Amino acid sequence: MLYKSVNESFNEFIVERKDTTCIRCKVCVRQCAYDVHRYIESEDCLTEDHTLCIGCRRCSALCPTGAISIHLNQEAFKKNESWSTAHIRNVYAQADSGGILLAAMGNPAKYPIYWDHLLLDASQVTNPSIDPLREPMELRTYLGKKPDNIEVVYDKTTGKPSLKTKLTPQLKLEYPFIFSAMSYGALNLNCHRAMAAAAEELGTIYNTGEGGLHKDLYRYGKNVIVQVASGRFGVSEQYLNAGVGIEIKIGQGAKPGIGGHLPGEKVDDQISETRMIPFGSDAISPAPHHDIYSIEDLRQLIYALKEATNYTKPVSVKIAAVHHIAAIASGVARAGADIITIDGFRGGTGAAPQVIRDNVGIPMELALAAVDSRLRDEGIRNQVSIVVGGGVRSSGDAIKAIALGADAINMGTSTLLAMGCTLCQRCYTGKCPWGITTNNPYLAKRVNPELAAEKLVNLVHAWGHEMKEILGGMGLNALESLRGNRYKLRAVGLSEKDMYLLGVMPAGE
Amino acid sequence: MKINAQGLYYRDLNERIRNAVESGTNTIELDNVNGQYFIGDGLNKPVTITINGVPGNDLAAFMNGATIIVTENAQDNIGNTMNAGKVVVHGHAGDVLGYGMRGGRIHIRKDVGYRVGIHMKSYQENKPVLIAGGNAGDFFGEYMAGGVLILLGMFSDNPEKDKHGFLFGTGMHGGVIYVRGGVDESRLAKEVGVFEVDDEDRKNINEMMSEYCKDFGLDPTVILNERFVKVLPRSKRPYGNMYCPMPK
Repeated sequence: MLYKSVNESFNEFIVERKDTTCIRCKVCVRQCAYDVHRYIESEDCLTEDHTLCIGCRRCSALCPTGAISIHLNQEAFKKNESWSTAHIRNVYAQADSGGILLAAMGNPAKYPIYWDHLLLDASQVTNPSIDPLREPMELRTYLGKKPDNIEVVYDKTTGKPSLKTKLTPQLKLEYPFIFSAMSYGALNLNCHRAMAAAAEELGTIYNTGEGGLHKDLYRYGKNVIVQVASGRFGVSEQYLNAGVGIEIKIGQGAKPGIGGHLPGEKVDDQISETRMIPFGSDAISPAPHHDIYSIEDLRQLIYALKEATNYTKPVSVKIAAVHHIAAIASGVARAGADIITIDGFRGGTGAAPQVIRDNVGIPMELALAAVDSRLRDEGIRNQVSIVVGGGVRSSGDAIKAIALGADAINMGTSTLLAMGCTLCQRCYTGKCPWGITTNNPYLAKRVNPELAAEKLVNLVHAWGHEMKEILGGMGLNALESLRGNRYKLRAVGLSEKDMYLLGVMPAGE
Repeated sequence: MKINAQGLYYRDLNERIRNAVESGTNTIELDNVNGQYFIGDGLNKPVTITINGVPGNDLAAFMNGATIIVTENAQDNIGNTMNAGKVVVHGHAGDVLGYGMRGGRIHIRKDVGYRVGIHMKSYQENKPVLIAGGNAGDFFGEYMAGGVLILLGMFSDNPEKDKHGFLFGTGMHGGVIYVRGGVDESRLAKEVGVFEVDDEDRKNINEMMSEYCKDFGLDPTVILNERFVKVLPRSKRPYGNMYCPMPK
């Protein structure tokens, strides 16, 4: 604590330790990745540097006697509705360093959350509800292009019908959830093992993100969608053929219009091999794909990928939710994508400039409604499936997304939370105390792949079950019957214009 | 095996090529190629394809080990994310060549367009090489992270044009660019610097030029009689100091 600068004294958290309860086991010293705790041998006591605390709560969670608690620093600047403590501290930090502020995870700022203004329907008396415990209930989802019409032929002797129309490749999901694209490098291999194993167990999909697919995970191919981003990390002909689908990453909700830098110190042997980049050098994803400057160029990359995989995989295009999302999505559909993935502005990131994360993009709810409506109006909704991510916090949010028109949901932040994340938002430091967004072997082993996989499976089972209950309550026995069925949604506390954009009626109407 | 590409849709042409490769054909000659996209896309067998005509964009994309010889000019995006193999173009070629390429060689006899060698990278024993015999457009070697780019400035359809454009090596953080006869330093990006070649460089250049000359029936001494310079990134981490950590 000696010689700290003035700015350092405006720390965010206070570490409180009950000396009478502390048994000097030093778990806190070993567990803290930020060197907050220190043991003083001569005094046989523990001390702490509050200025280093990031509020991850690893120490308080693991302290065996509950001697530690972490609090927000109550010592505050003079109350000011315009200049928050965060604004003031950010200005100090930038005045010191001249640098861009970094941030991680999704936009935490106080913008409206439309999920909280939408309510679901249920059956009463007529069209009675269905009990999912005793009756079949379907959540299975197919992602990919659907034909404009289908032709059925009947066998002359047996009379059995069969489909004559040749369908393009589809992704089959037993639950409408995908473990969202979080690259190997941003997350460590233990987390990727967990997501891949959970996807296999659940019969759903795990998205590799842009950091390639580790050689140990090729065996999960049936449950993998591989991502191709502007840095082309780990992209090869084997990689493209390794999964059941391919995703072109154009944008990310947390940082629309921005590329990514995985810092060189995070690029170890395994990451170098998987990303196919030099050891220790920055992995730079340029903001645009430098071969894509138009819808026609996007079409070229989509078909280059289809040619490379002999038209056996659906191709998804991931875009961030931005102002002209409906027109962009229409272009993407016409460029030949089989799936459009829309990432809302609450979507997470391992690292993004804070000013981008907190100020760029639009809510996924509005983007989804706009895209679904636009594609329907143009008569091309069947040509693409829509996957959405960025701000789905529960099965309630998820099922509202389905009713607004989504085919499936990307689980990003919820996946991390299930693996132990406490949303301290310091992923970019590479020192995640919960062992998730770190490649430091000492920290990374804190995630046990088997246990983490089990938690992911549990979460999706739970959400799936809740969705079935909600569906049953509405008298529906298949998720497909709710897809894009906005009649099952009602709005509370929204403006006329909001309701118009969302395509929902007010509650009571 | 010969395929007449006259009037063939790219999808049909490429399917015929894939089927031929699957059935074990080692050499394929395509006649009357006229802008068909994606030829050699994702090919992972050591076959040789000779293209008579001008192939379309994304030639040899994601290619892994095949050889493609183009007897005339070629277009954009050659060797997009190519892993291994070789592309030889006897004429000039377009923009964004060797995007994300991490192995194999691309030899262009004449001029190349913009953003050539963008984000090329090497790892382990993989080291991509792209050689352009003529002039190059802007953003040569942009974001380059590994491998070798060589620009000769000798065999151009527009010899009055400058050897290279602006923002040469912008964002470069790995690999090396060799340029015959020096570079225009006023057009270099801030991330790179110019250095004299050493004996090791000369050895590499000689080896790469001898293969290049063999492909085009050129005399290496005519090329090697002029001095080369090398352009290197100043840092492996050009953007390492751009960020301010969040306040503690």
